[in-house]
Amino acid sequence: MVSKPHGGRLIIRIASENRRSAVLGAADEYPVISIGLREAYDVENIGYGVYSPLDGFMVYEDLENVLMNMRLSNDLPWTMPIVVSVDEDSMDFGVGDEVLLSYMDRPLAVMQVEDIYRLDRRLYAERVFGTTDPSHPGVYNVFREMGEYLVGGRIELLDTVDNPYARFYLRPMETRVLFRERGWKTIVGFQTRNAPHLGHEYVQKTALSFVDGIFINPVVGRKKRGDFKDEVILEAYSELVKHYYPKDSAVLSIVRYEMRYAGPREAIHHAIMRKNFGCTHFIVGRDHAGVGDFYGPYDAQEIFREFPDLGVTPVFFKEFFYCRRCGGIVHERICPHDESNRVRFSGTYVREAILEGRDIPDYIVRPEVARVLMSHPDPFVS
Amino acid sequence: MGQGKYTTVSIPKSLYNRIKKLVEETGFKSVSDYVTYVLREVVAMHESERYEEPFTEKDLEEIKKRLKALGYI
Ligand SMILES: [Zn+2]
Repeated sequence: MVSKPHGGRLIIRIASENRRSAVLGAADEYPVISIGLREAYDVENIGYGVYSPLDGFMVYEDLENVLMNMRLSNDLPWTMPIVVSVDEDSMDFGVGDEVLLSYMDRPLAVMQVEDIYRLDRRLYAERVFGTTDPSHPGVYNVFREMGEYLVGGRIELLDTVDNPYARFYLRPMETRVLFRERGWKTIVGFQTRNAPHLGHEYVQKTALSFVDGIFINPVVGRKKRGDFKDEVILEAYSELVKHYYPKDSAVLSIVRYEMRYAGPREAIHHAIMRKNFGCTHFIVGRDHAGVGDFYGPYDAQEIFREFPDLGVTPVFFKEFFYCRRCGGIVHERICPHDESNRVRFSGTYVREAILEGRDIPDYIVRPEVARVLMSHPDPFVS
Repeated sequence: MGQGKYTTVSIPKSLYNRIKKLVEETGFKSVSDYVTYVLREVVAMHESERYEEPFTEKDLEEIKKRLKALGYI
């Protein structure tokens, strides 16, 4: 049996066809909150149950609990605020009203406003990111981009942002059926926003040795400069799965989500999302969801101890590397040799090799994957 | 924003003492912390025994059709 959704019930908040045309037909009469891409993806994730048990944006009571206790007001583990903000001067609605959440003038959801409350930026940043340093991208967002009020309430999904990777997109209700169809009872989730090198592959396969299937779930969303483009990552993973994974042992599909870079807290959130897709296990690597050196390399693993009731089992990995003496990909618990024998996997190394047109050794990146990376005229986000 | 909200439950004094002794040798800060942790674990286990998928047979056929079209099954 695949994992139960977080909170015990898969949330589906999709407006019925009648409701949708009624709302869109009268769209001019609704107050509108303009949302960014982050919230647009949040809306979609609430609507399809990726964020179960959330059925809308957080009201004060939930946000307070999330900030102070890393739990919703019903005591379920939850670490990331899922909020929508507005500025005071654009707030032409009140509690009890229905408003449209629009992205680039396109209504994506209708929200029943249940709560409007002031954003405490400092507390938010300190609790979620562990810092108020504006060089942290999440902190920057809180202080510079978010409005001064947060609006909470249930939503109904009307529409979604265009998805150029629709053929790689599965909703939780679909992955849950898929896992069942494949006869998988234990599924390990893998979060990524990178093209795969052999270090990633060995982490995945080590985990896969103990479960029925692996759910490779790249995050598609705004990325940092120098990251691989989404289409490159998907093409590279497709090749990897095709040539190096046993048939029907892996599912590759994306989640649309904007990274917060909240390190440990975000690792828990990533695990909950994958639980809702049906995963029973979730891989947590080195510096998971980190940025710069804001978090210790294994902080994101430590935090899982605080959640005996998460309902998804974390699988922890240290770094894999290539060892010349061992003659293979290993990690420090199974390789006794010193650093001079070890070749570390480094995204920077791969990036530089591609930019300079150098060959990448096949013990670092599979040749089929390297071909994908090399064949793109411009594989990086600029 | 305030701290978490708490309430009191009663457990036998002997059990309290037993946990207190155990807690001294673990990373838990207090008996309350320990009891909270253990209860959450047990409660989550019981809660997860009840679950039904939220979709109908008709939804299921549609889902399988899409999964087939995309080459997943
Ligand atoms: Zn070695």
